[in-house]
Amino acid sequence: MTAPNNKPMAERVTEPKPAALIKPAPQPAPAPAPAPASSAALLIKQATASTGPTRPVIEARGLTRRFGQLIAVDALDLSVAPRTIYGFLGPNGCGKTTTLRMLTGLLTPSAGSVTVLGHELPRDAERLKRRIGYMTQKFSLYDDLTVAENLRFVAEIYGLGRQVARQRISELLSTYALEPMRHRRAGRMSGGQRQRLALAAATIHQPSLLFLDEPTSAVDPENRRDFWERLFDLIDTGASILVSTHYMDEAERCHRLAIMESGHKRADGSPTALMAAMGARVVEVEAPDLRALKQQLAALPEVISAAQLGSRLRVLVQERISDPLAWIKAQPLKPAPTALDLARPSLEDVFVTSTGITSKSPRQPSPDPDPDPNHNASAESATGIEAAAGAITEIKQHPEERQP
Amino acid sequence: MSGPLPSARRILAILSKELIQLRRDRTTLGMVIMIPLIQLVLFGYAINTNVRNIPAALVDQANSGLSRVLTQTVEATQVVRFTEHYADIAAAQAAIVEGRVRAAFIIPSDLSQRVARSASVGAGLETPPATDEQTSRPVAQWIVDGSDTMIAGAIKGLRAMPLTELLRRPANRATPTFAVALFFNPEQRTAINIVPGLVAVILTMTMVMFTSAAIVRESERGNMEMLINTPVRPLELMLGKIAPYIIIGLVQTTIILLLGHLIFGVPLDGSLLALAVSTLAFIGASLALGLVLSTIASNQLQAMQMTVFILLPSILLSGFMFPYEGMPVPAQYIAEVLPATHFMRAIRAVVLRDASLEQVAEDSLWLLGFMLVGLLLASLRFKKRLD
Repeated sequence: MTAPNNKPMAERVTEPKPAALIKPAPQPAPAPAPAPASSAALLIKQATASTGPTRPVIEARGLTRRFGQLIAVDALDLSVAPRTIYGFLGPNGCGKTTTLRMLTGLLTPSAGSVTVLGHELPRDAERLKRRIGYMTQKFSLYDDLTVAENLRFVAEIYGLGRQVARQRISELLSTYALEPMRHRRAGRMSGGQRQRLALAAATIHQPSLLFLDEPTSAVDPENRRDFWERLFDLIDTGASILVSTHYMDEAERCHRLAIMESGHKRADGSPTALMAAMGARVVEVEAPDLRALKQQLAALPEVISAAQLGSRLRVLVQERISDPLAWIKAQPLKPAPTALDLARPSLEDVFVTSTGITSKSPRQPSPDPDPDPNHNASAESATGIEAAAGAITEIKQHPEERQP
Repeated sequence: MSGPLPSARRILAILSKELIQLRRDRTTLGMVIMIPLIQLVLFGYAINTNVRNIPAALVDQANSGLSRVLTQTVEATQVVRFTEHYADIAAAQAAIVEGRVRAAFIIPSDLSQRVARSASVGAGLETPPATDEQTSRPVAQWIVDGSDTMIAGAIKGLRAMPLTELLRRPANRATPTFAVALFFNPEQRTAINIVPGLVAVILTMTMVMFTSAAIVRESERGNMEMLINTPVRPLELMLGKIAPYIIIGLVQTTIILLLGHLIFGVPLDGSLLALAVSTLAFIGASLALGLVLSTIASNQLQAMQMTVFILLPSILLSGFMFPYEGMPVPAQYIAEVLPATHFMRAIRAVVLRDASLEQVAEDSLWLLGFMLVGLLLASLRFKKRLD
């Protein structure tokens, strides 16, 4: 009745795969912690057998979900390459969780098509469930069960054989450093421990694809870094990971990233490519009265955003200003800046430029993409969004040029 | 891929998970034992349909030896107790309005004449016409708070009491009437009828309550999002959820019947097989009903409210308190769709009347039907999707 390892489905070629995708940028690789060899080998076998080395694990076209009047996700196109960590970066309520739920078959899309690991959704959702792992945003294992009991329960639900289950549980307990607390109840563990337990439970059946919904929102930075090490271990064993987050540092670790805002994908690319193609320059300004200066700068149409970082002001200036330092100096600002420096763009800058969530306009309705951003200079921060959107489109169209 | 049949391993996994959770939930576990205990003692003692010691007022206008004999004879029935004495009828009526007494007994000043007249007639040779005011006049009058039909009925019953002592007439001169033989409960103790019924009421309450919260709780605590992402099937979840409560239901039934036997002397000589079959069928039906509620309710409070919505008719319409046969036909139809009604019949038949399995087969089949329909409905209603 229940086979522990289901055989891969026959490959169904639904449509030709898009000609080119950005290859994941070379990751500033964290030293991979040694994973148990047995599980690693198993995972690789499973992942490569079912999806092949290059075929995208997730393919979505025009994915849309409406809740009554609200359009939670609007015509999202998505392609996730195998053995990568793909991130969804966006503020709360931007449609990240809705997208994840559609990709796991929990929600039926209002429009569009999704293929995950070769399974067409929502039709094949039940069969897909054996091959994916899902770590929910809120801890969703049982608080009143111990670590070992929780893992045993999940193993049995996934139909793992008694032997396999025992072996997997002891592997996971040592991989995720849960061995000392195997008899502790989940409700009495710290955020980091619970999160490791959740990851262990989500990977107990060795899924080829793992969905993580804001996995580290209840975890301190130390644990968060440790957690990401584990994720790269999983990638090494052949799994692919889709993760949603609203932390910049977390997003920066992804191989590839989609920036989401109110249901739209605003940008898509590797963090480095996104930073390179931001369409804005970063100037750090020092001055005696930063608050006053910030207001004046933010009022300028060429300034996308101005945000205070300690004793400095981080100003994003549109790319068409060729010399932003001279340009800012030329502005009649009071008080005059005491120091000006060009800075390297960060992912947060990319996020700000591409979403229109800036210090000058907290939340903008999404404007229609304008093919030529420069003609739109008088419109406020909308230009920034379009500039970024334009740049990203460009990346998509000419990926070869950008590849190292 | 697994076949279309539910997986026993997954059902067992859910079952053992539920048992672990239940074992660690001391309050719920305590309720499992305490609810039947307390309710049995409470209802076993408290519910009494034999009305006794109704507080009554006495207005003795005759104030004679004869009236005192009459008063004592009435009090000797134990139906009423004269707590108040008034000189006039108006004061007695006021006492009824105030609720200090439920009835007033008025002895007219011409009591002796009325008794004498009646006695001569009773001993008489010819039958007097009913219209003859002299002979058909009653010897005394009751004023009753008729709003409570039970009390009114008890006092009306006093009309038939033999006033032989009063009339100085031999007691064996009673008119011939029906002989009544009381089977199964010759002492007419209410507890005999109440205790088996209590099994139905308590099981309805606990079983529906536990399972109506079962699915909702998983959602409320956030576990459902994990569960629906696994290959678990709705039917497996439902079966695994109700299985532990079957054991609890049997424990509760045992507690009630055993204590009912020890404390209230309720006989326990029916067929154990018939008892087990009908009880299991009822437990299954109640659990399935609870599961259906659980798929409708969106939080535990709603589930609780729905449980009460089921519980009240199960107490009032099932025949637990009032005879099923006495209800209007539409109410009987409603009662028929309550599992408690069928079980009430079955368990009373088995425990009190020693009915065999075949004799309670119809109600047991009804209950099994309930269970299957409920399980199916709950499984169909339960969606592994969020939309």
